Amino acid sequence: MYIPIFVLVIYSFNKSQFVNVWAGFSLKWYASLFQNDVILTAAWVSIKIAIFSATLSVFIALLAVIATLRFKKFAGRLALKNLVTAPMVVPDLILGMSFLLFFIILESFLFEKVYLRGIPAITLAHTTLAMAYSFIILRGRLATFDTALEEAALDLGARPLTVFLKITLPLILPSLLSSWLLAFSLSLDDVVMASLLSGPGATTLPMVVFSSLRYGLTPEMNALATIIIGLVMVGVTIGAYFMHRKSEGQYGT
Amino acid sequence: MFAQYVSSLFSKIRGISSNYGKILVVAVPFFWVLVLFVVPFVMVFGLSFTQSQFQIPPFQSLFQREGDYFSINFYLGNFRFLFQDPLYLKALINSLKLAGTATVFCLLLGYPVAYAISRTDPAWRLRLLILVILPMWTSYLMRVYAWMYMLNTNGIINNFLLKIGMINQPLPLMDNAFAVCVGLVYCYLPFMVIPIYTSLEKQNPAFLEAASDLGCPPWQSFLKITLPLSFPGIVGGTMLVFIPCIGEFVIPELLGGTHTLMMGKLVWMEFFHARDWPMAATISSLMLGFLLIPLILLQRLQAKVQVRSD
Repeated sequence: MYIPIFVLVIYSFNKSQFVNVWAGFSLKWYASLFQNDVILTAAWVSIKIAIFSATLSVFIALLAVIATLRFKKFAGRLALKNLVTAPMVVPDLILGMSFLLFFIILESFLFEKVYLRGIPAITLAHTTLAMAYSFIILRGRLATFDTALEEAALDLGARPLTVFLKITLPLILPSLLSSWLLAFSLSLDDVVMASLLSGPGATTLPMVVFSSLRYGLTPEMNALATIIIGLVMVGVTIGAYFMHRKSEGQYGT
Repeated sequence: MFAQYVSSLFSKIRGISSNYGKILVVAVPFFWVLVLFVVPFVMVFGLSFTQSQFQIPPFQSLFQREGDYFSINFYLGNFRFLFQDPLYLKALINSLKLAGTATVFCLLLGYPVAYAISRTDPAWRLRLLILVILPMWTSYLMRVYAWMYMLNTNGIINNFLLKIGMINQPLPLMDNAFAVCVGLVYCYLPFMVIPIYTSLEKQNPAFLEAASDLGCPPWQSFLKITLPLSFPGIVGGTMLVFIPCIGEFVIPELLGGTHTLMMGKLVWMEFFHARDWPMAATISSLMLGFLLIPLILLQRLQAKVQVRSD
């Protein structure tokens, strides 16, 4: 499973542009990558969208989890659960198209004064998609959550909101973080919805990558891939280190 | 007296505000999915009943007002055209074939992996699982790109085979159904491994011990105990792989060349190249309806399993 990725990394250091020639070690593709304004701008746009949509989606997913798990059964509980998770199984092309239509009609209602297509539309679409994944992760965490601590605090007269902020939130923080990271990477990964919903000035990094891949192989993309893979590795290592330390602290003492 | 009144008022306000808080917690996500998920889909469904035109927007309105008459015009031509033109049927069959093949290979590769992980030392399980999931975190486009590198006519595999003299001419590995299948299996394998692993891990090892105590050979206890018990995981994984594969657009576009037509690509072409939005909406609506059937079946099955385990 890892061979294709390694090949990609190795060839990012190839001096030659061609796959079948190994012309020696070189960093020139990295240099040209960092001089490529299109890619740099797009990367910045992507990161902005990913941060916004990840934060928003984790927040709303958390609300939805609390609503479906902790509150007394109410009408539409099952509907809420199904609707929140539904975007996960809808092909992103169809999801993107329905969003596009929605935003076009919304714009026409606003007399074409407000342009939603572009960064706002992509952010909202990514939030809706990432919400489904965050919901699953957070629900899994809260479903196995020991409610004894919460109950004790409530018995001692703390208000529900205080209990939530002081007890529940710190305990589920790792799950919140991992769902945030998943939402972030989902947003950074999406080509289809972004290209459907993009407007002027809203070209995301995957869109640039996709359009250059359509024309064939470019070593610049290898360099970009290597950077992304490196960042992911660093992130996972840090995450694993903290998880390891935490579990040692829990069981070791 | 007054102090009592004030304190009771405060507690009332507190009660009301916490109630409002609760309503807000339910209302915000509900409102979100309603506005940003349900409404757009209703719009797509509505669009599939309109006629395309060469204007902006490129479709005629569903509603019409002439004087005091208000009418809704359902145009069924898109659906008729869909069933008349063999192109659409071909794309559908092609999608089903490719997604089906990819799902079968994912299952054949994923089940042993999940089984092996669930049988290792618990300390290693998490690490191995992370290794399986890790490629999912690296960019999806880059993974597809990696396979473009491997499968290209002068790519890694062809180069290697030419060098060791196994072939005289590069094999046509790219721009065909084979490449699409490889890409689909590679990208969706983790989605198969994880549900199967979860269902395997949950199993009680006492069953297997009991079977072996009673003289059952391992392969038979696998077939009679492990496999049936992991069925929900298999179904879950199959859905998670098959459904997105049907609508997949990026992989056939990059690896499939011009000849491999799939539903996702067809919708894209109708939308961007032909600018026939109603047609694209019609295909999407039908696809969604088509995908809904296995999903409902899956949920029924899961509910059944839950009842049984309770």
